[in-house]
Amino acid sequence: MKSLFRPAQRPDRTLLTGHRSLVHAIERRGVLRGALSLGALTMLTGCDWKTPDAVEKALRQVSAFNDGVQAAIFDPNKLAPTYPASMVLKPPKFNAYYPIEQLKPVDGQSWRLELTGRIDNKAYWTAQQIAALPEQEEIIRHICVEGWDYIGQWSGVPLRTFLERVGADLRAKYVNFKTADDYPSSIDMATALHPQTLLATKYAGETLAAPFGYPLRLRTSTKLGFKNPKWITAIEVTNTYTPGFWEKAGFNWFSGI
Amino acid sequence: MSKVRTAAAPPPVAARSRRLHPAPVRVMHWINALAMIVMIGSGWGIYNDSVIVSGLHFGTWRIGSWAAESLLWHFAGMWLLAINGTIYLIYGVVSGRFRERLLPIRAGEFVRTVRDTLHFHIAHEDLTVYNAVQKVLYIVVILAGISQVVTGLAIWKPIQFSGLVDLLGGFQSARGLHFLGMAVIVGFLVVHVALALLVPRTLWAMLTGGPRLASRTTSRAQP
Repeated sequence: MKSLFRPAQRPDRTLLTGHRSLVHAIERRGVLRGALSLGALTMLTGCDWKTPDAVEKALRQVSAFNDGVQAAIFDPNKLAPTYPASMVLKPPKFNAYYPIEQLKPVDGQSWRLELTGRIDNKAYWTAQQIAALPEQEEIIRHICVEGWDYIGQWSGVPLRTFLERVGADLRAKYVNFKTADDYPSSIDMATALHPQTLLATKYAGETLAAPFGYPLRLRTSTKLGFKNPKWITAIEVTNTYTPGFWEKAGFNWFSGI
Repeated sequence: MSKVRTAAAPPPVAARSRRLHPAPVRVMHWINALAMIVMIGSGWGIYNDSVIVSGLHFGTWRIGSWAAESLLWHFAGMWLLAINGTIYLIYGVVSGRFRERLLPIRAGEFVRTVRDTLHFHIAHEDLTVYNAVQKVLYIVVILAGISQVVTGLAIWKPIQFSGLVDLLGGFQSARGLHFLGMAVIVGFLVVHVALALLVPRTLWAMLTGGPRLASRTTSRAQP
């Protein structure tokens, strides 16, 4: 069959012969250049192209600089949009550094919340004591560093209320968390005091289910999902920076949204 | 008053020796090329963890061996892209380069150039004048670059800039637009690099400055 791309009228044959040497020259150069750029591309994106250590170090320094930029962008009074209950995803998404089969549920009866660092009253808290604290509900968007998101309905005591009650130094720089699944995490004090930052005990009006952090988890509206530790066992108020689980692996610490 | 002086005196030496691509344009072009490669490659690495177009994975075509590394690259590259891009835009407007090289665009010329190109008559004899298709492509890619910074800001800080996210139709929509902007830039890159390789003089011009231009001062002196 005749090609659709073949012109109805062929060009004059002499045109080709007259320019044959030129066409060949272009082709030779083209192949050479093509080979060179292909070679360069495989170097750039080859299967095990790993960022060199010195470069990774420099990139982590930029990431630390970005922590400061994000703290400057963060508006402590800006509230995240909230949504109607009809948009809430039930149940929420399970996410951890291990699959759900390896989940170790926490026993709420023997569970204790430990307080350390720059806090006046370091007495531990039981689940019943925390349940007696004033409760606030937030229907907010959860955004994962990977790019997916969902709307969740969280309730619990605002972290600010809790920190005030135990006499924490609210001018300290960081609030650190330890968890039952060995997932240390830390956030800046400004975010800890944000009006939508909760120590959540409920989801969609019911006691948290085991996979989502029972009996106590952090839920902040202004940070990426991985900055919300679940199954919290200890809270520390400190001026010493401690990277969290994913930050040690290279993720950005502030991770504000 | 200045008009009189310009018309009477010979054009200044700097104006006479002006090249197609002055040094600042060349430096910014290659910094931008590097920044774009970093942003696209690392963006593909980030994309893989939560795909937008089902079935589309970038596999090994990525910068950074896993998400954390790709993110480090992306959020370092953004400074290079945004700072260099801002200086480029200011330079382009202030120096008059945008107006001189990218305008006017005539519809008739655009259609003619598309037709010629489809017939493989790629006219690049005069590097100093961009044809209508080139002008449109350059404007599109500049707008796509600006759009990437705006949509990127929206998905980086969707709460702090929640108004911007609303304007873009929500978080996932902003993400989709960020992806689309990448696709437009990659599409441009394929054509741009292919043509630069087909007509190597253009590549050489972006390295060495290219041909000297007829003086702009002289032509403007005649009212």
